Amino acid sequence: MIRLEKVTKIYPSGSAPAVNGVDMEVPQGEICVVIGPSGCGKTTLMRMINRLISITTGSIFIEGNNILGMDPIELRRSIGYAIQQIGLFPHMTVHDNIATVPRLLKWESQRIRRRVDDLLELVQLDPAIFRNRYPRELSGGQAQRVGVARAMAVDPPVMLMDEPFGAIDPINREGLQDEFLKIQSQVRKTIVFVTHDIHEAIKMGDRIALLDAGSLVQYATPEELLTAPKNQFVKDFVGADRALKRLDLLKVQDAMLVNPVHCNNTDPASEVAGRMQEKGLNYLLVCDADDHLKGYVTLRDIFDHTGKISDRVKPMTLTVRPNQNLKDALSKMLTYDIGIVVAVDDAGRLKGVLNTMTLASVIGQTYDEQGGRWGKVSAGGKIL
Amino acid sequence: METWQFFLGNWQQTLDLSWQHAWVVAVAVVIAICTGVPIGIWITFNQKAADMVLYVAGIIMTIPSIALFGVMIPLLSLFGHGIGTVPAILALVLYSQLPIIRNTYTAIRNVDPNIIDAGTGMGMTRWQVLAKVQLPMALSVIFAGVRVAVVMSIGIGAIAAYIGAGGLGHFIFMGINQSYDGMINCGAFAVAVMAICADYLFGFIENRLVSKGLRP
Repeated sequence: MIRLEKVTKIYPSGSAPAVNGVDMEVPQGEICVVIGPSGCGKTTLMRMINRLISITTGSIFIEGNNILGMDPIELRRSIGYAIQQIGLFPHMTVHDNIATVPRLLKWESQRIRRRVDDLLELVQLDPAIFRNRYPRELSGGQAQRVGVARAMAVDPPVMLMDEPFGAIDPINREGLQDEFLKIQSQVRKTIVFVTHDIHEAIKMGDRIALLDAGSLVQYATPEELLTAPKNQFVKDFVGADRALKRLDLLKVQDAMLVNPVHCNNTDPASEVAGRMQEKGLNYLLVCDADDHLKGYVTLRDIFDHTGKISDRVKPMTLTVRPNQNLKDALSKMLTYDIGIVVAVDDAGRLKGVLNTMTLASVIGQTYDEQGGRWGKVSAGGKIL
Repeated sequence: METWQFFLGNWQQTLDLSWQHAWVVAVAVVIAICTGVPIGIWITFNQKAADMVLYVAGIIMTIPSIALFGVMIPLLSLFGHGIGTVPAILALVLYSQLPIIRNTYTAIRNVDPNIIDAGTGMGMTRWQVLAKVQLPMALSVIFAGVRVAVVMSIGIGAIAAYIGAGGLGHFIFMGINQSYDGMINCGAFAVAVMAICADYLFGFIENRLVSKGLRP
């Protein structure tokens, strides 16, 4: 747990305080995203927590201990610290980079080696391949994972992260954020996370601290920030597309229709076509006997076909997982002309369907459990 | 041809003089590294000192070597070392300061502040940041400075024969006096070979010492 009490920073050169009387508390195991326009003091605030910047007035407590009472070097070694990937030491291998703090704490080399391998596995880098690489031999995403592993080297309860995904291209950033959230769900660190990207803040934060000119404007959950912005500044900052941003918060499984109507690969096409006309469906999902998604067929493709459905199946390669957020789902949905996206589990089994109507209703919070033509036709969703 | 004949007739003396030459340069460079690198590190903490030290070292570089030797004779005579190897080594140490100090200073200053911040933020002391981050990263540029100092010292070391420090300059000056081309060429050629070998040797050591992660 981190508690800030009336924390203020005044630089000798500056007239206005860089950070002005910030009071906030980050509960155990949560990610607190600190965000604001550039120059709002967010990085200053974060750097005061490990005393890279001295506190002018006020106090900061970590696990109930005032950090001013601790030796700054010891304090920093007990706090994980990750900055943009540029912070890796270029002259050290991945192993040596991760081993930095354990070595400062004089762990024995066997223990360090085991810990490094464990961490590399945690961030999904094969130790045998990556252990002896140098940072310049890593991609941006890999370097960033090493940065996170390095910050977690001695399993610190508290971590500070300054735009850790800032140097990564947007596509890989999404994936890394997902991975990081997955790791966080296992390790449950108390994290202060600085970013200037509101999408990242909404996605990553359990709470968001919005700063402006050194003052804390609103400290709330992402949901609250979007639905109940405290004033015009917050409204402007989160943007006019607040409703769309809620898509970052919601998961596919919250909105998808379960047991969507579908047919079997081996069903006779003419019968299926008949049922589709009866139900007024223009297209239909196709699965195999074990519910693995095979693709879809349109009525036009099959109405004059006498063989099996499997002859006319169009593949559907862009699918989502039930635990992905709705923003990803929406972008995939727009790729197909039939305006749906299908949720499958890791084995590729059909889990549910999202269409524009369900999305719209979810955003509008008037989601109807039975709604839409993709609702239940029969038990288990089978059309025949 | 004349040169080759001279070498065949005097190879023993050539080797002796080469050895003497190399020894003077080696002592001077070791002393120069031991002084120049710490000074270069120290002035990264102090901008005023940096300006002054680099200015003075720059001035020393511009003094013609023959003049510097001349100036040192009366000064070092006070300690009974007006001529010989002592003033030669001292002059070479002074000349080597600028490339070594300047490269050390620049290389350490140029280490990405984000990387230093990462080190400090993870709990390294000021000295640990210097020893584990800044110096290893600055090493190749420092080495470049040392290489310049070594090659330069080998060249200037030839002039030190003029004040009785021996070395390959002995052949050159004696050859000039006697109008003996073979002798001049032999001395000059040996100096050149020594400089090339030394540069190569330091390049090899640099390759061994500098982290693979820093290679382009």
